[in-house]
Amino acid sequence: MSIRIFVPMDSGALSVGAGDVAQAIAAEATVRGIDIELVRNGSRGMYWLEPLVEVDTHAGRLAFGPVTAEDVPALFDAGFHEGGMHRLGHGLTEHIPFLAGQERLTFRRVGITDPLSLADYEAHGGFEGLLKAVGLDGAAIVKEVTDSGLRGRGGAAFPTGIKWNTVLHAAGPDKYVVCNADEGDSGTFSDRMLMEGDPYCLIEGMTIAGLAVGARHGYIYLRSEYPHAFHTLQQAIAKAREAGWLGPDVAGSGRSFELEVRLGAGAYVCGEETAMLESLEGKRGIVRFKPPLPAIQGLFGKPTVINNVMSLAAVPLILARGAAFYRDYGMGRSHGTLPFQLAGNLRHPGLVEKAFGITLRELLLDYGGGSASGRPIRAVQVGGPLGAYVPESQFDVPLDYEAYAAMGAMIGHGGLVAFDDTADMARLARYAMEFCATESCGKCTPCRIGSTRGVEVIDRIIAGEARDANLALLDSLCDTMLNGSLCALGGMAPYPVKSALTHFPQDFGIAPVTAE
Amino acid sequence: MSLHGRPGYHSLEIESGALPFRTLRNAMSATPAPSDHRLAAIHAAVETHRPRPGALLPMLHAIQDALGWVPPEAIPVIATALNQSRAEIHGVVSFYHHFRTTPPGRHVVQVCRAESCQAKGGVALEEHAKRSLGIDWHQTTPDGAISLEPVYCLGNCACSPAIRVGDEILGRVSCARFDRIVEGLREEVPA
Repeated sequence: MSIRIFVPMDSGALSVGAGDVAQAIAAEATVRGIDIELVRNGSRGMYWLEPLVEVDTHAGRLAFGPVTAEDVPALFDAGFHEGGMHRLGHGLTEHIPFLAGQERLTFRRVGITDPLSLADYEAHGGFEGLLKAVGLDGAAIVKEVTDSGLRGRGGAAFPTGIKWNTVLHAAGPDKYVVCNADEGDSGTFSDRMLMEGDPYCLIEGMTIAGLAVGARHGYIYLRSEYPHAFHTLQQAIAKAREAGWLGPDVAGSGRSFELEVRLGAGAYVCGEETAMLESLEGKRGIVRFKPPLPAIQGLFGKPTVINNVMSLAAVPLILARGAAFYRDYGMGRSHGTLPFQLAGNLRHPGLVEKAFGITLRELLLDYGGGSASGRPIRAVQVGGPLGAYVPESQFDVPLDYEAYAAMGAMIGHGGLVAFDDTADMARLARYAMEFCATESCGKCTPCRIGSTRGVEVIDRIIAGEARDANLALLDSLCDTMLNGSLCALGGMAPYPVKSALTHFPQDFGIAPVTAE
Repeated sequence: MSLHGRPGYHSLEIESGALPFRTLRNAMSATPAPSDHRLAAIHAAVETHRPRPGALLPMLHAIQDALGWVPPEAIPVIATALNQSRAEIHGVVSFYHHFRTTPPGRHVVQVCRAESCQAKGGVALEEHAKRSLGIDWHQTTPDGAISLEPVYCLGNCACSPAIRVGDEILGRVSCARFDRIVEGLREEVPA
């Protein structure tokens, strides 16, 4: 029996040398005459341990990391392939506290299976949801998704089932399912991890959406910054089609569903759903007015379901285990789990899937291990470049859509970027406006002009020029952008700016307001 | 020929004191004359993708993958194939950061400027990259080896700071590691 050794193909793992490690292990095993089967899995999401090598044993998988190619001979010397001890060993992977405490629903297979193996996918519960959906009519599938309480994971948190229902009842034979895989928010990488580590899960979710609303064609709009995910998805689609999970007769249902990946071209605004549709149609990624809603008049003018990768990837399990199973996770109106992405200055950055209701403090300290620099964490940007900077005083607010909205922040796509006390919040506020200026589609004035003026005003505040007048101007400008922009880019760019000003005024040269 | 059509972009670059680089970039990017090889690649890309709905982005990607950039002679070919005006095609090319309208160096190095990388020393890396290569964003080193581009998130935020070289993503890039990577790229003989 050959020994199964896992070395991730995830682009994060590859970015720190997993490719060299895999080669070194294969070469060393050959030299030593050891029979191994090298599996290129997805990442477990414990990036500080990447490249993370795992060895399959009777007791479970043993973890070693971070491994460099130079470590490989010593690992073999220590008999790591037979359960031997080595200084890089962490015992059973599943027992590492970072993983053991998680509630992995959407990510239940990522890092465990061979991403492109259909046999592996099916052995781990894959296609159970689709097989169930094949036996249901569209309305019954939509009801299941509605009852699960699933809300859009891209950031807007709109109930997925309600969106699907609109498309289901829209007239016309031609409808589309579009997956928004333009994961442009900085500090987020869960879509990438899933597409690289468990692509069939997304394919299954999109196919179920197609069956639910009566769409026969789906597009995955993938950002061009994800070359590895592109190749993995293309291979996965070809294999799924060959096996009959996609194509003219989906799983023997007699209904067809075709899927295609389209690459974006480095425009953040194309993560906005209507700009994305324009881009898919071969145009500039300019935001459309709403209404008409894309669910009524979307891609090529046809009714279109648009969902984020994480929303669609949650669907197979909802169908397989039932709406109630998923709904029972979470708190308030935030049902289910969210794959949080821990990034920035943290000791243990990575992916933590937990039910809603966990706090930032738990995520940052219990999972993230505090700052990488060892200095106090000063602020965390939650929800991407348009998300608010949350100060330490708010770390105990539960991560729930409503609770976050109430404090002028948003959970968005679940990305957390931690900064230690060396961060200059005025510079970060300036960056938020600069980013908005770079990425604005240019259609509406508040965003196009406002962001550029925002950079100038912040520069003047930092330089101490007529500070009070410029602060009033910045406040008014933020108000205009917030209320007058066509989409979330201009409409939310003030969030990081205003939160930085409110919580860290000293960085702008303003004396902090002290309690009376 | 300047394709700086991105709204807001223009004025910012100028105001952040980066005016000279545009002049420099234009001077450096003397467009090579069209060749049969280039025209053949353009026609092949256009013909392959023409039947697809929303074919323009796939066409532009195919051209850039083959040639490293989207040369000006591609515009009328695409316009004719899609029955659109040259202005419309030009508008799309200039909208997207990914599409280049000047030939790149042998390697395109993108340095992430987004928040997670900033939290892990990304700003120092940006400055180091510009200083050590002796160029600003969107420029190419005089030896033609490296073009430097900013990028806003590579999705490698748990291994910040990150850069991209061609289709390879690299993480935990210290200034020293950046230098080693660049040295390796310079040594690579052009194909």
